[in-house]
This record gives sequence, C-alpha cells and structure tokens, in this order.
Amino acid sequence: MLTFNDLKRNLKKDSSTLPSLKTALLGDVATQFLAISLKGMGYERNYHIELFEAEFNQIERQVLDPTSDLHQFGADYTIVFQSTHKLLEKHSTMPPAEQIAMADDRLDFVRTLCNTIKGRIVYYNYPEIEDTIFGSYANKVASSFTYQLRKLNFELMKLAQENSDFFICDIAGLQNKFGRDIMFNSHVYISTEMVLSLDILPYIASRTLDVMCAVEGKIKKCLVLDLDNTLWGGIVGDDGWENIQVGHGLGIGKAFTEFQHWIKKLKNRGIIITVCSKNDEDKARSPFEKNPEMVIKIEDIAVFVSNWDNKADNIRLIQGILNIGFDSMVFLDDNPFERSMVREHVPGITIPELPEDPGEYLEYLYTLNLFETASYTDADAERTLQYQVESQRSTLLKSFTNEADFLKSLGMVSEVKGFDSFNTVRVAQLSQRSNQFNLRTIRYTEAELEALEKDEQYATFSFTLADKFGDNGLICVIILKKLDAETLFIDTWFMSCRVLKRGMEDFTLSTIVAYAKKNGFRRIVGQYLPTAKNSMVQDHYPKLGFSKLEGAEGFQFELDIEAYQTKEFYITDK
Amino acid sequence: MEQNEILANVQDIFRDVLDDDGIVLTPETTANDVDDWDSLSHIQLIVAIEKKFKIKFTSKEILSWSNVAEMIECIANK
Repeated sequence: MLTFNDLKRNLKKDSSTLPSLKTALLGDVATQFLAISLKGMGYERNYHIELFEAEFNQIERQVLDPTSDLHQFGADYTIVFQSTHKLLEKHSTMPPAEQIAMADDRLDFVRTLCNTIKGRIVYYNYPEIEDTIFGSYANKVASSFTYQLRKLNFELMKLAQENSDFFICDIAGLQNKFGRDIMFNSHVYISTEMVLSLDILPYIASRTLDVMCAVEGKIKKCLVLDLDNTLWGGIVGDDGWENIQVGHGLGIGKAFTEFQHWIKKLKNRGIIITVCSKNDEDKARSPFEKNPEMVIKIEDIAVFVSNWDNKADNIRLIQGILNIGFDSMVFLDDNPFERSMVREHVPGITIPELPEDPGEYLEYLYTLNLFETASYTDADAERTLQYQVESQRSTLLKSFTNEADFLKSLGMVSEVKGFDSFNTVRVAQLSQRSNQFNLRTIRYTEAELEALEKDEQYATFSFTLADKFGDNGLICVIILKKLDAETLFIDTWFMSCRVLKRGMEDFTLSTIVAYAKKNGFRRIVGQYLPTAKNSMVQDHYPKLGFSKLEGAEGFQFELDIEAYQTKEFYITDK
Repeated sequence: MEQNEILANVQDIFRDVLDDDGIVLTPETTANDVDDWDSLSHIQLIVAIEKKFKIKFTSKEILSWSNVAEMIECIANK
C-alpha cells in the first residue's frame, strides 16, 4: 500500500485532465489528512477529486440548512465521517436513561441524511472502541456503549439495503484487519483533532475510492488463475493429480482448500473464473476431474486455457473470448517471473504480489479488497453458465457456412418492456457495468431510473434475449427523450457485449422506430460520446442508416423515419 | 547514536516528508526557518521520526521543542 506521504505527493501532480468526481467531505472531527488522502488516492485511480471540505463539526448544519455550502456545491458523492470517538463522548455525557436510545438517535439522523442529500452518500461505519466500563458484561447491557455501537453498525446495513444511493464504507472492517492500535494514533489526535492514524489513512482512502469506482462502473469481473502452487500445492505434471496438495488434514493442503472456497464464493457471486496454466491440457484438467478434494470443479471455470504458450498471449485470448476490458481482470500466479512478464505486456490488468507462503494468500488478498461492487442480483450468479453457453454457440457457428442460417437456427426471442420493479435493479447494474457498447455512458441509479420511468418526457425500453441454448436475461436498454413533437433523442443505448453479432442492434432500432411512428415522431437523433472504452460503437449510427448531423455538437446522427428501411433480423418479440 | 548522525537522519526525514531536498537542518533551526513546517506537517514528522528510531515520544514532548537541538536531545535520551 502507498504511504500517506506518497498520496500527499500526488497532490502536486496534474490531475486536471482526469475525469472529475465532485465530492463533499463531512466530518465531526478534523479531516485535513483524510482530504489529502482521498485526493491522492483519487489520482491513483485516475480521477480528479474535486473536493468540498466542510468546516469540521458542521455536519448537522450543512445537511439541514438547504442554503448551506454543501447543498450549493451539489456533490456526486458525499462522504460522511461521524467518528466513534465523538459518539463515545456523546454517550459519556448523556443522562444514563438516554444512552439506550443512542443508536436510534444516530440512525434518525442518517435517515435525514439520506432524504436530504442528493447524489450518493458514502458513510463510514463505526470501528469499535471498547471502553470496558462493563467489560464483557456490556453484551448483556442494552445501554452500554458496546451494545449501542454494534446495534448501530447492524442497523446501518439495513438502512443501506433500503436506500440504493446510500453506501457504507466498511472502515470497521479495516480495524478488524489491522487492529485499533494501528487505526488510532494518540499524537495525531492530541495535536490535530484527527482520529485516523497516518498509517491507516491510505487504506481508508482506498476503501472509499473502491466504493466510488464501483459506482462509476470500474469493477473487477474476472479472475485468471494459475494452477501449480497457486490453486493447489505441487506440480501436477510431476506429482500426478492424486499427489497435489489440497484438502483438510495436517499440512499446507488446507490453505489451498480455503483459497479454493474463497474463489468458489466469488464465482457464486458472479465473478468469472478462468484458468491460464503452463501445462499439457489433459494433465491440468485431471485434478478438477479426478481429485475429490478439489473444491473448484471444471464447471466452475468459464474459460480453461492450458498450453505452453506465453501467459500474456493466453490472457489476451481469454480476454477476447469474454469480451471484457483488461482493467476488469485480476491475475493470480505464485511465480514472480510470470507476474512481471504479464504486467509488462498486458497493461491495465491487476496482478497482486502474492506472498511466498500459500498460507498467507488469503489474508493478503483480503487487504486488497479487489472485488468491490455497487450492486448484486441473483442473475450475477448465473454468469459462468452464460459464458460457457457462449462457447457452445461459437462451436455451432462454425458448423454453418451462412450467418443468417446460424442466426435463424438459434430461435431467438426478446421480451421488450419499460422499467418495472423487477428489472430496475438489473438495468441500473448494466448501466454501471457497460463500457464498450455504450453510446453516451451515462450511469443511472435505481432511484434515477424510477424517476425517468414516471417522466412523460422520456420513453424507456429494456430488452431480454433468449435462444435455444439459454436465457441471457436483460441485455439492452434504451432511454428516449422527447425533444419536440417531431424529434426523439436517444439519451441512452447500451448493450451487453455477450449478444454482439446476433442482429440485436437492428431489432432494437426497429422497436424504436415502431414507437416513433406510433407516436407521430418524424426523426430520431442519436449521439456518440467517445470514452476510453467505447470505440467499438463509434460507427454504430452510420451502420444502422443514420446520417451525420453536420454542425451539431459532438457526434450526432439523424434518422428520417419515413426513409428508414427495416433490416432483416431473426429475433421475435415475445 | 551520535547527535550528528541523528541530525543527518532527521534531515532526511524532513526532506522526505516535506518533499524538499534543499532542506538543511542545524541545531538552531526552528519551524519558522523551514517552509511547510506547520502544525500538520509537524505531526507527520513526529510519526516518521518515531518509526525511523523505533521510539515513542510523549504528547507533552512533541509540543515542547522550540528548535531542532531540543528534538535531537529528546531522541538521543530515548
């Protein structure tokens, strides 16, 4: 981890060309060092943190006064740090009869925060201070500080489940990892009124940026695994599938078993698990197929690459099959040589410096918090299956000489509807995740989508796609804005890259045109806003028959509805 | 450790924390003589010095020094 001093030095670097995140920081203790850390860490993550730092101990005033500097600033993210230290002071000065309501009292205020602040809130939960007034008996005393604090942390989680724009940054978890003596430094506190040590600040800033980056769509989607001495102990080619080290009992085997449990849970959560190994393929597969101690099974692996080519090329191959960015991939390998080779040749990929001792893999990986997310749905869990099905489709495609015959044979069906209580979560999630096939890359939250759905100025469409191999679920979203009586503007068009080259673009456009005709519009305007990721759709509108709007701002394109000729597609409306 | 050696180490820490390789400390140097040596960077310096020399100051000590000599003296006595 970088040091506080490293982060401070970043402030001297030019971040003005980076995308900006308008961020407000509210604390009930002094926050200058935290502010420095957040800005410095923002630079590390390629963001310019445009920070509004409120005078400390002004949280209530800033939040409750609608004319306050905070509300004028209009932050995308409001980071709120109400410290355990100050809460303990409050608890200590309360009449004993009121102590039992401390958690509820604070929760009422947090609810007010949620209702008052626009944009996302990143709220630090409460690392514990055990005051030992009651000792362990505090667990039996509802008014004790320990009891109230744990209740507060628990209830905050419930609040976060109910409010989609309210995110907890789990700094209590950081204290569990590092301990209170690292978290708090009395010199820093006595001299500066700041309760976070210089050592912990980079971690706090990192965890905060993890949340913000996840909301911005920067998430890890795929884990690429080496096998020998990474997923199991020993070398399968030398030792044989029955003699590799994995499994409970004495010895290092259980470290690999627990490591595999962790990977399996990630897979169940929706992270794509792939293998990249220097091995003969049959030897590499044999533990998965034959060794009963293996937790990870062959069906957990979305893409299995095992050969003697170099790993950078193999990772590019995996990336091509999955069609995701390198920056959403994590590569785990015990061999420092392979790590540095891949790091040099595959820019953007994350490669943790695994400790030499496999017994330390997990605790080390916990500190990195690689897989922060801003949403979770049941559909995430089925992702591996979808990618496996995708490779079956590619096999079928090879057996047809004519693409149209192939598409016909798939028997594709799409369900088209607006946003409702069932699909809004998924629409919001796709809005955060879609980078490549995304024409304007506007990220919408659930709350914003619900508001759009009710707004007469907008028309919304979601598309699912199923075929004979399986259901891809919701894969495409359109948001249309009514500019005037004749013109529809395509505010949002994004699509999952899983369904490329199936005629989905033509089907989607025909749906838009049908809506436009029915409602008397005469033209449709689309726009392409370039990002680092979306060059694949720069010619999207011209390819669909739109003509460039000369003189218009940005890349805008127009379609005259009368002149539009339907293209052939093989998807039917459910 | 000799006082001169301590001074050299402390100077390195000042240069690193304040990100200024031009800093030259003498026993007579005070906070007024060094740009950026304010109350906030002071605490960074203290934490860095404690780490480097593996010592712990008391809260009273870190607020009491009026120049570098007193700081060095305090380190030497730990």
